[in-house]
Amino acid sequence: MLDGMSTTLAPRSRWRARALKIAEAATAPLAPGDFLDLFAPLRAGAELRGRVESVHPETADAATLVIRPGSDWRGHVPGQYLRVGVDVDGVRCWRAYSLTHGPRADGRISITVKSVPDGQVSPFLVRHTKPGTLLHLEQAAGEFVLPVAGPRKLLFITAGSGITPVIGMLRNLYPSTDSGVLRPARSAPYDVVVLHVAPSEPDSIFTGDLRKLATAGAIRLVARYDDQHGILDLEDLDALVPDLGERTTFACGPGGLLDAIATHHEERGLPLFTEQFRVSTVVAGEGGSVRFEKSGVDVECDGARPILEQAEEAGVLMPSGCRMGICYTCVLPLREGAVRDLRTGELTTAVPGETSDGGVAIQTCINAAAGPCQIDH
Amino acid sequence: MTTIQKKATIGQTSPIAHLSAEDIELIAKELDAIRASVIDTRGERDARYIRRVIKTQRSLELGSRIVLLASLFPPAWFVGTVGLSVSKILENMEIGHNVLHGQWDWMRDPKIHSTTWHWDTATPAEQWKHSHNELHHTYTNVIGKDNDLGYGIMRVDEDQPWHPMHLGQPLWNLLNALFFEYGIAAYDLELRGQLRRGKQHTEKFKRDAKAVLNNIRKQVTKDYVVHPLLSGPSFLTTILANFTANTVRNVWSHSVIMCGHFPEGVETFETRSIEGETKPQWYLRQMLGSANISGSKLMHIMSGNLSHQIEHHLFPDLPSNRYGEIAPKVKALFERYDLAYCARPLPLQVYSAWHKVVRLSLPNGWLDTTNLRNLPSQLKRLYEMTSGGPKVRRALQARMLQEHRRALAAAA
Repeated sequence: MLDGMSTTLAPRSRWRARALKIAEAATAPLAPGDFLDLFAPLRAGAELRGRVESVHPETADAATLVIRPGSDWRGHVPGQYLRVGVDVDGVRCWRAYSLTHGPRADGRISITVKSVPDGQVSPFLVRHTKPGTLLHLEQAAGEFVLPVAGPRKLLFITAGSGITPVIGMLRNLYPSTDSGVLRPARSAPYDVVVLHVAPSEPDSIFTGDLRKLATAGAIRLVARYDDQHGILDLEDLDALVPDLGERTTFACGPGGLLDAIATHHEERGLPLFTEQFRVSTVVAGEGGSVRFEKSGVDVECDGARPILEQAEEAGVLMPSGCRMGICYTCVLPLREGAVRDLRTGELTTAVPGETSDGGVAIQTCINAAAGPCQIDH
Repeated sequence: MTTIQKKATIGQTSPIAHLSAEDIELIAKELDAIRASVIDTRGERDARYIRRVIKTQRSLELGSRIVLLASLFPPAWFVGTVGLSVSKILENMEIGHNVLHGQWDWMRDPKIHSTTWHWDTATPAEQWKHSHNELHHTYTNVIGKDNDLGYGIMRVDEDQPWHPMHLGQPLWNLLNALFFEYGIAAYDLELRGQLRRGKQHTEKFKRDAKAVLNNIRKQVTKDYVVHPLLSGPSFLTTILANFTANTVRNVWSHSVIMCGHFPEGVETFETRSIEGETKPQWYLRQMLGSANISGSKLMHIMSGNLSHQIEHHLFPDLPSNRYGEIAPKVKALFERYDLAYCARPLPLQVYSAWHKVVRLSLPNGWLDTTNLRNLPSQLKRLYEMTSGGPKVRRALQARMLQEHRRALAAAA
């Protein structure tokens, strides 16, 4: 492509392209960037990374990480999330987290992570991340953002850590300073009610922020704590938010609650935007249907024999080598699903959105299906 | 019983005659447990290790190349060449070989993964993974199936009939050492068979050959064009430095790799001996078919931990930094089952391997029965075997072996 364009390029960029070619020839089979990464992992043109600058505990089991993103960070809109790749005990894991601030003047971004019991990544981020740690990042994404036109009467229903994207929007609307909560002119059209649900009060992150915003009159806060008020019944919504009919609802929380709100709003014809991060977890079973995406073949695999063997029997052209787990010729990316190592019983799972986009590389010769699987082959 | 059958050569008995089928199963169970102990504790410490090695290697390469820009000054030439040699050795041995084995795939880092890695050697990663990971590690030391054994150009066992052309194999081995990376590329390509076949090249061969040439072109451009040009007045000395570094790496990796399977005391196997081979029997073949190099931590890292060849062959996909840690357990297992754990310092292992190359370049028993006194008559016999036909060779060979046997009996 560069060759075809070179005639129209300005002389300077032509020189740059030539210099790049020389640098590539001088560093092959590596890329010039592999050497630059030694000194400047956050430079422009590098893979997007971020350096953790500080870690602020929010509650007993949640913390906010302030991150300096790489030069190629394209910015974000309040309410968006980003995918973060972190090496947990040596293994690269990807998770999505809400960005908790609007764009900041110093260019830093922050995520707030709640430690999920038995989780792999969140406890690590909350308790073991030190300033200076390099994280892998993707650009901000997500449609769950503040409307900038149209109806500005909003109801946020947040449950547990579902508060994080909403806090991002609210901090952007009403910046918190040492001298109190600001209410800039651009925020004047907004009329915000926040219904926050959590198991108990001290456990819910950002409640301090919410209370501060409520005290300043920026928002109306309706807090419902299960241990004080009982489990939230959506039938009470009209009583809790009398002008519900005039508001657009943004709900963020676990799948069960979102489903219930969707049904409730649909029956009443109310506008609703929802956001759910946690993709349903993979349930490992014995055997399952394995789909080979490129070959377009589905193979019913039992859980006792390797995927490789059963795929070959079904006529799929599989790469293979030693067939005993040593040569790694048979490695293919598992996009979704779970497999079990027949030697050790160890489970490997791939969850779109959590594990890397290319899938998790698995050895098909010693792994059996442990549930439905999608393999990129 | 095991299907491993070591042929009874003079003065040797089968090294596994004393093992029962249950013993072999029990050995395999213990080896599985050793493997599990590493997998269970594999984590951040290991990840930090390989990242540190990669960082060190890249910094060293960068630093050495910068120093070599002034290679016209002898001290700069010396320092840069030493640094570049070490960096090239690290890149091939401790990093490239082990990453391509999938030893670090568990980190799920797409930049340190057997499916994405490219290395600074003539043979492309894909071809090497086939001939090395699949063929060599599956058929370790099986004559005729494992190309690493003499690389198809040498006589590697007494059972292979001697032919006059074998007299040249010390020279072939020396040339192979000097140009090792091209030698590897040639047998990864199965070049010899292809040349014999004449012009009937398969599509696969053409594709593979193109990939090899492409790799070599990139290497030559880097080491012999771009860096020398960047060195300006040091053009020629930088070429010399890069050539030296490449040769040092060739000789070093050839020596280390030759020590892995070729020293005296390492067993070879017949094709029919692995028919119906079970996993425990495969383990046993790896135990008997590999040899270690004892030495310092630096020695282990510079050999890509192939100094722990026995452990590597038992568990090719465990992180290389762990081989040294499990070596005492593996060695204890050898001792408990009265098996020979072949480990010597590098000079002894290299000598032993070269000695075997020379011994097998000559008819069976020739080297053992020759001394200063009978040298003239032995040389005459060798000349007759070289110039005579197969019949002469067979007759003289039989006589020589008989003499050898008598000499051994007299000594005992």
